[in-house]
Amino acid sequence: MADPVLKMSPLKPITQLGGDLPRKDSFPGLTITERTDTALASLSARQGKPAEFHAAARAFFGFDLPAPARSATGGAYTAIWTGPEQWFIEAPFATHEDIAPILKRGFGDSASITEQTDGWGGFDLEGEGALSVFELLSNLDLGKLPSGGASRTVIEHLGCILVCRAAGKSYTVYGGRSSAASLHHALMTAAKSAL
Amino acid sequence: MIINHPLLGPRDSQEFVYLGDANLIDRPDWAAEGAVDTFHDYLYQRTNPAGLHQELWFHEQGDRSWLVVTRNTLTHEITKVELARDVARARGRSK
Amino acid sequence: MSQKNRLSGGQLNRSKPLNFTFDGATYQGYEGDTLASALLANGVRLMGRSFKYHRPRGPISSGSEEPNAIVELRQGARQEPNTRATIAELFEGLSAKSQNHVGSLKFDFLAINDRLSSFFAAGFYYKTFMWPKAFWEKLYEPMIRRAAGLGSLSMQDDPDAYDKGFLHCDLLVIGAGPSGLAAALTAARSGARVILADEDFTPGGRLNSETFTLGDASGADWAKSAIAELSSLPNVRILTRTVVIGSFDHGIYGALERVSDHIATPASGKPRQILWRIYSQRAVLAAGATERPIAFKNNDRPGVMLAGAMRAYANRWAATPGQTVAVFTNNDDGLRTASDLLAKGVKISAVIDSRADGPAFQGAEHLRGAVVTDAHGRLGLSSISVKLASGETRQITAEALGVSGGWNPNVHLTCHQRGLPVWNADLAAFVPGTLPVGMVVAGAANGRLSTAGALASGAEAAAEALEGLGLTVKSADLPQAEDAPVRVTPLWYVPHKGRAWLDQQNDVTVKDVKLAHQEGFRSVEHLKRYTTMGMATDQGKTSNISGLAVMAEMTGKSIPETGTTIYRPPYTPVPIAAFAGRSAGADFRPKRLTPSHKWAAEQGAVFVEVGMWLRAQWFPKAGETTWRQSVDREVLATRGSVGICDVTTLGKIDVQGPDAAEFLNRIYCNPFAKLGIGKVRYGLMLREDGIAMDDGTTARLAEDHFVTTTTTANAVGVYRHMEFARQCLWPDLDVQIISTTEAWAQFSVAGPNARKLLQKIVDPEFDISNEAFPYMGCGEITVCGGLRARLFRISFSGELAYEIAVPTRYGDGLVRAMMEAGREFNALVYGTEALGVMRIEKGHAAGNELNGTTSALNLGMAGMVNKKKDSIGSTLSEREGMNREGAYNLVGFQPVDATKPLLGGMHFINQGAPADAKNDQGYMTSVAFSPSLGHSIGLGYLKDGAARKGETLRAVNPLAGEETLVKVVSAHFVDPEGERLRG
Repeated sequence: MADPVLKMSPLKPITQLGGDLPRKDSFPGLTITERTDTALASLSARQGKPAEFHAAARAFFGFDLPAPARSATGGAYTAIWTGPEQWFIEAPFATHEDIAPILKRGFGDSASITEQTDGWGGFDLEGEGALSVFELLSNLDLGKLPSGGASRTVIEHLGCILVCRAAGKSYTVYGGRSSAASLHHALMTAAKSAL
Repeated sequence: MIINHPLLGPRDSQEFVYLGDANLIDRPDWAAEGAVDTFHDYLYQRTNPAGLHQELWFHEQGDRSWLVVTRNTLTHEITKVELARDVARARGRSK
Repeated sequence: MSQKNRLSGGQLNRSKPLNFTFDGATYQGYEGDTLASALLANGVRLMGRSFKYHRPRGPISSGSEEPNAIVELRQGARQEPNTRATIAELFEGLSAKSQNHVGSLKFDFLAINDRLSSFFAAGFYYKTFMWPKAFWEKLYEPMIRRAAGLGSLSMQDDPDAYDKGFLHCDLLVIGAGPSGLAAALTAARSGARVILADEDFTPGGRLNSETFTLGDASGADWAKSAIAELSSLPNVRILTRTVVIGSFDHGIYGALERVSDHIATPASGKPRQILWRIYSQRAVLAAGATERPIAFKNNDRPGVMLAGAMRAYANRWAATPGQTVAVFTNNDDGLRTASDLLAKGVKISAVIDSRADGPAFQGAEHLRGAVVTDAHGRLGLSSISVKLASGETRQITAEALGVSGGWNPNVHLTCHQRGLPVWNADLAAFVPGTLPVGMVVAGAANGRLSTAGALASGAEAAAEALEGLGLTVKSADLPQAEDAPVRVTPLWYVPHKGRAWLDQQNDVTVKDVKLAHQEGFRSVEHLKRYTTMGMATDQGKTSNISGLAVMAEMTGKSIPETGTTIYRPPYTPVPIAAFAGRSAGADFRPKRLTPSHKWAAEQGAVFVEVGMWLRAQWFPKAGETTWRQSVDREVLATRGSVGICDVTTLGKIDVQGPDAAEFLNRIYCNPFAKLGIGKVRYGLMLREDGIAMDDGTTARLAEDHFVTTTTTANAVGVYRHMEFARQCLWPDLDVQIISTTEAWAQFSVAGPNARKLLQKIVDPEFDISNEAFPYMGCGEITVCGGLRARLFRISFSGELAYEIAVPTRYGDGLVRAMMEAGREFNALVYGTEALGVMRIEKGHAAGNELNGTTSALNLGMAGMVNKKKDSIGSTLSEREGMNREGAYNLVGFQPVDATKPLLGGMHFINQGAPADAKNDQGYMTSVAFSPSLGHSIGLGYLKDGAARKGETLRAVNPLAGEETLVKVVSAHFVDPEGERLRG
């Protein structure tokens, strides 16, 4: 099986939980899977060139960058609003490991771009049980968060980004990579409690 | 408390870090005559109103916006929330 | 033992008997019982001893307001003191113990306190134990703690877990009695998102305890059908066993759900309790009312209870505290107790109505215009003395006495944001006044005490709330129900020479209130604190109003003029564990792991917590018995050849944009505008007041791209500060910042062989020779055959050193590769202790020196504060007070006797001067044993220190009586010229 990472470097990567392969846990109505196949970068608009920036975004991604508290997906990319004039861009790790220069080529001087791939450790929560699990973890009103909604939130003292892929049943939560084990522990504990 | 973020809507004040009086935006000119004194007043002389107070809150566990929140210190009623960057520009701050 | 006081009917599952023990004796009750109802059914009235006088006590209520029936539940690690028997759900195998007695419950040795009661009157604490002072700690306090303690702790870790969670709704309905159910039905049918919370395990409130009908159904059946409808709706969430404990700003409520309190052991992974934070748009408070007693002599005898509670025990739990009972009332509602108990076949020996003009009562002897003056039977009521309207006193047989002094609306949550209740003379009670924003009050909590009034006001309250939210209201069809008016003639206490009890949990009597008044305490807040009335775990729910009525009488003021004390959250006690939630023990806070954590753990590293980070402190080798051996070895080996250290924890902030250089120029006191691409510079960051905030290195990767580092501890604060500067001070500077701390695994590679080691890792197309990559150079490179990486030639250790960074997922691989590459140089890994030793040897400031009180001048960096540009802190650095002669300078110290250790925090005193504050010359900030020099060294602040090198001073620690002579030296102990790091 092709492993682009190993092809690229003789250094063996480990996942945010320290394993060789993504961890997956199942509960009644929920699976929690370590997300390891995503490249991430922050994309910030520079001042004074909004038209150029947004035109570049449309041309590069094929869609408009999302409004506050929203994400948008098209082709290989998902853009997540993370702050005023700032988005996180997700792309497949296998093809976009060096994501910052790839984006830079599309945006030139209209944006500041920073690789964030390993700044974060993500977990995918799939299943109807996700809502009752997040009730124990986050103050976000998930009942009102639509598909494509996204927000920062605090989970067990950790600053996280929560993305709603499909309302009520599919979510990604990103936390700081160094505390991935603590975040995973919190997710697992809440799942055992709620499900 | 709930702070009605201008971009994100109602958010729990637990997500924010409080700094203080929004007059901290009005940083004096370092090159002006008597700058040491004006900086001293800027940093240390604050009003402590029993009533409406404009104050700076940082959405640290959110979108990292600094906000200017107008809050009644007697009732905690929040009557206005603005992006601090907009307030700063309106007060004449630029580069 | 037989359930001799079990009546017929009730809402019990008689097909499910439950066995339980109380003080070791075995009893049987039924599913649906509380511990109190089951004990009463078994003929047990005595359930505890009082706090101060150890008086025998039984339950006076059937709910969470209970002051007396306070027991220990469960055994072993789950033993829980101070729980209320009146709300403890019975389960199979429940083990309960009475508390607060020495000896048995029936014969308590400390009941002697009751005989000594004149010594224990109000304020006894303040009066009795003033003198002599030494007795307080050794004698009085231990004695009082033993005598007055409540239940006992298991002294073991709580084996259960507690959750915290968050809920959202349009309308929170607090209480599921008639008004709460009507409110919830109205809101639910109108499509609102509703949360209905009730503290009971069976919703319905008083509907479960009364014999009224609602339409054709019994109250309990109507409640059941209302709950069934609400449960079927997707927009409704019903939380039973859930107390709303507080009302907070902007519609936030706290609620405690007792998830597993009613079972012996929580299921695996499930919580015992959940503390919910509820975000509501609107709230309807339908918390009902609490009956209040009438105080009279010995009104605390077991068997004397509130009339409404007696009725609840009979109707809901089919239990009676005695076969022959009497009722004492000042209002019509008390009469219902007599008729309900009669209907259950209990003998009513008399109905004593303090009103001469009260309505007639059939079925038992009715004594109008009479009052109860005394109660007899120390361990349980046997008879009462009644003063008749004629003035003569009669003794009446009664095993139990139901007392009703009227009902107090449960206004507590309306007052949590400093709202004040108002007096309603018709009800002779306080009703809600100013309300928290978004709250509407319904039913008995709002003084609507009839069933019909409760239903109607619940529906009205919901309609009002929903209209405020812009929702269309569909009104609920409400059943017909009783609508009796409240007829009450206030009677707070029956005057008598003996002790009449107001606050039964804290043993406060009418006399105590009078004494407090006599001694000058006029305000209710003072009264409360002097007598401790209302300060027990029940917070005076059954006593406060009566107490302030007595106070009002003393002062000649009206009750509203006297006012209430302030109600504060929580409404009922909340275990500390619930506030902690899952943040307990090893999960007290999250941990941050470095990229090399897994590898370091394999090496047997000893870890230390640095903020949330776990960092390797040192790496013990076989044969090393003390940490010093490991640390000394790590330092010497690094300085001798090469050492590697994970420095990922330092904050890293990516600064980009056309104005990035200008931005950094203003953030740091020293200039950055002209830093060349591919270069690194040390920066000192000041607060606006001129005090040092943080320091670190900044690398310029491109014209418009910098990476700046912060100390580990200040990473968050520096980022916040930079955002403040960017958004609030200079909003038009075109600069973008973002944290990249965790995105890169960064290692320091230090020592004379650092370059040789790295040359084996860095891809050959990158020349890292001293000429091509000099000290303070940086660059984006690749390593190990194409992996993107960053290299910085910076040195904290003073050696030839680099920091190398790769994406975090490869950090584990990189440290393994570097250790392999370094094998020929005997490379080793070092921890934070060795890092600290080397920085002290080199005289670098760290957190101990940048301690929030020190300026650039103190740090010896005054020259760095550039006067030709604006930067945060530069102006106020010029303040006179920060530039006085005699300011602290950071210098080095070494012991005159090289064998002596130094201690951080020691203060410097001139030789010959006394060691006092007046002669203080400064203090030691950091110390270490320097293996390079073979003796201890220290850094510290010394007045005029820069000019005092060579002086000998006393370093003193007056706390421990320690003293060492030290010599003032340069802070740069090792390689002062900096030749090594440039080599």
